Amino acid sequence: MSSIDPTEVFRQEASELFETLEGALLDLCQRPDDRELVDSAFRALHTIKGSGAMFGFDKVAAFTHEFETAFELVRKGEIKPTQELIAVALAAKDYIRALIEAPDGTDSIIGDAILDDLKQFVALPGEPAKPDVAEEAPAAKPAAHAGWRLYLEFDSHILCNGSNPLDLLDDLCKLGSCFAVPVIDGIPMLEELEPEYCYLKWDVTLHSDCDKAAIDDVFMFVEDEMKLTLTPLAAQAEVSLPEPGLLIELVEAEPIAEVAPVAEAVPAPVQAKEPAAKEVAAPAEQRRDEPKRSDEPKRSENIATVRVQAERLDELMDRVGELVIAQARLTQLAASGSDLSIKMIAEEIERLAASLRDTTMGARMVPIGSLFGRFRRLVHDLSRDLNKPVEFVTVGEDTELDKTMIECLADPLVHLIRNAIDHGIEDNDKRAAAGKTERGRIELTAVHSGAQVLVTVKDNGGGLNTARIRAKAEEQGLIAPSVALSDNEIHQFLFHPGFSTAQTISALSGRGVGMDVVKRTIENMRGSIDLTTRPGEGTTVTLRLPLTLAIIEGLLIRVGGGRYIIPLSAVEECVELMPEDQRSRGRNFLNVRGNLVPFLKLRELLVVPGSPDQHQKTIIISTGETRVGLVADQIIGNHQTVIKSLSKLHSDVTIFSGAAILGDGTAALILDVAQLVAAAQAQSEKQISEAA
Amino acid sequence: MSNGHEQAQVQVQARIQAGSMQVVMIGLGEEKFALDAGLVREIIDPVPATMVAGAKSFVPGVINVRGNVIPLADLRIRFGMPVTEDSADTRIVVVELNIDNEPVLVGVIADKVYEVTEISQTDVQPTPRVGMHWKPEFIRFITKWREEFVIVPSMERILN
Repeated sequence: MSSIDPTEVFRQEASELFETLEGALLDLCQRPDDRELVDSAFRALHTIKGSGAMFGFDKVAAFTHEFETAFELVRKGEIKPTQELIAVALAAKDYIRALIEAPDGTDSIIGDAILDDLKQFVALPGEPAKPDVAEEAPAAKPAAHAGWRLYLEFDSHILCNGSNPLDLLDDLCKLGSCFAVPVIDGIPMLEELEPEYCYLKWDVTLHSDCDKAAIDDVFMFVEDEMKLTLTPLAAQAEVSLPEPGLLIELVEAEPIAEVAPVAEAVPAPVQAKEPAAKEVAAPAEQRRDEPKRSDEPKRSENIATVRVQAERLDELMDRVGELVIAQARLTQLAASGSDLSIKMIAEEIERLAASLRDTTMGARMVPIGSLFGRFRRLVHDLSRDLNKPVEFVTVGEDTELDKTMIECLADPLVHLIRNAIDHGIEDNDKRAAAGKTERGRIELTAVHSGAQVLVTVKDNGGGLNTARIRAKAEEQGLIAPSVALSDNEIHQFLFHPGFSTAQTISALSGRGVGMDVVKRTIENMRGSIDLTTRPGEGTTVTLRLPLTLAIIEGLLIRVGGGRYIIPLSAVEECVELMPEDQRSRGRNFLNVRGNLVPFLKLRELLVVPGSPDQHQKTIIISTGETRVGLVADQIIGNHQTVIKSLSKLHSDVTIFSGAAILGDGTAALILDVAQLVAAAQAQSEKQISEAA
Repeated sequence: MSNGHEQAQVQVQARIQAGSMQVVMIGLGEEKFALDAGLVREIIDPVPATMVAGAKSFVPGVINVRGNVIPLADLRIRFGMPVTEDSADTRIVVVELNIDNEPVLVGVIADKVYEVTEISQTDVQPTPRVGMHWKPEFIRFITKWREEFVIVPSMERILN
């Protein structure tokens, strides 16, 4: 970690700034009047430019400078950020990113084209705007010739960050002849003076023909930690300049005023001191308020964080998993003995291990908002390309999910959102005919529900065309024409590989790959997909996901001498297997409140020797649309455990998704219910064909 | 690896000098096999195994070795030898193999573990084509150790 490539640091920093920039630009689409957003976009640009130049990305700095200049008018509020302008700005952002990632491989022609576009838009509001600018510039110039009056007020912590105001003043002197007067009214009494704080402010008169940007550049790296008041210096301003002599007077006058009352009388200084103390306190409070206000929009996002390699977290999780297992063994051992003090220690360790596990799990959790941010750009671009105005709403960005889950979720969500815009939202004419608002709406929601997270993609488009899906399924020979199916069952065909009802293949979708990938990815994450639709009102796709991939909440059961875990997310209910339910071998189903539920004997599937227990239990599980009962000897109870994957040597075994270590140190296998049911189906089909 | 266990732990560097090779000598049934010491991570007492239904017969189950669930291999089944009950001498030799370019830990049941020793690679006997009930590809080579013939198995091939 000691030798960090500074360029890499810049790239990382830049990528964060790009996210801010992109977010601000996209927000501007919705709230073109929000000055804060323009400023935050501008700030990000400015920092990219500054640090780009510092790390030798000259092309980046040059282009960003041009971009910034064009954007300046937006900042001044002279030009409204239109959709077109923002689209160009986004393209410019992509270009800068390309410049940073591959400085040599990026063609500057693209950059020039973007700048041309940008200039066109900026000048577009018209001929009247241009002379305006032209007029203003010369008007500002003569004023600038006289110089600037600067009032510098630094954050009191600025010295702690390693910035030296004096160096900045030196830089300022390089711009022209410079006269700086420190303002010392902020200096507290000696006993309250913090040696590391900066109490001084400066009143600077700069005689130079430089423009405002040149001055801004001097303070670029500290602009968040200071207040800079800039006024162009008019000719008469020079008169109000404090004379050098006055400075000395001020310095001397202050201590004298303090000392004099002390000499006079004892009670007096108390009174004298009080207002002085108040004066000191007041600016301090002000100062504390100011940075807060300016930082507030940022603060909610950048809470102090530490970058940790993901592998280290995984390793930590493994260690904690082992600790939990060892602790369970200790608890078991302590419970069987009679030593009270050991029992107490075991309990204490149990508590500690549990909280350590929760903390470690928490460290792996990342708010899903980081993922949602990526889709705003996607929706923006898609809605422009397809000419379908779409409002994109995200809810529940704070919802936390395991980091690996977030990575896995990106692709499925891209598919779902593309589908929602391309197939879901109707085109303008259809929407108008249906009496809907012109803008479509796509809502991306994340919410915790028990031990699960529900991620929903909801559109207010036309809904699924059930009849067409059915027709297509029949055409592809997936179902016989006469079979009665529920709407829900028909919708499941959307998840078949190669299934697409789109008449034409667009660049975006219609190839029929996608939904099956979504389904597979989600099922690999031990999640499930719900699809609801209302004709004419839209479609909602809900992904149900476990909180983490590393830990499973399961139901521990016993079959013969072996113990197995069924993922609790699949379990619906447990019932006792009645003797009348197992009358014959050819008829394996239960009557669960009037519904027919087939059951599988785990004993047979898992090839367990010996005879079954007298009172068999059935665990009813659901996988996709099917409900199946699994018959076991005993239900032991809930078991939360760390998942261990099976090794390569067992990769041919599909009915187990992994293993977990139980309290007594033995391993229990986790049943993959979908695979188990599929295996049982294959087995019974074979039996039927053999019998025939 | 931590050393908190009471089980005998062998950490031998795979120090193959010219002509000699460090091995862990194990007994399976009547036969002696020499496992390359460089592969061996540890030797532990038998632990209860969990049977995996549907697995290949020679890797019938999994065991928990210090928090890791690893497959338990029974070479006796692979070599068509009779499987006997665990005895006081039975051990599990944990070896690390390279399967499809990934390190995989496997527990191998041994009826007895003799010692860590050096065998000569120069005294290699050609693997006979007849008179053996093992597939020739499972055998790396056969060599002589204290006037006895010992088999150096090719673990990767046996378990793949």
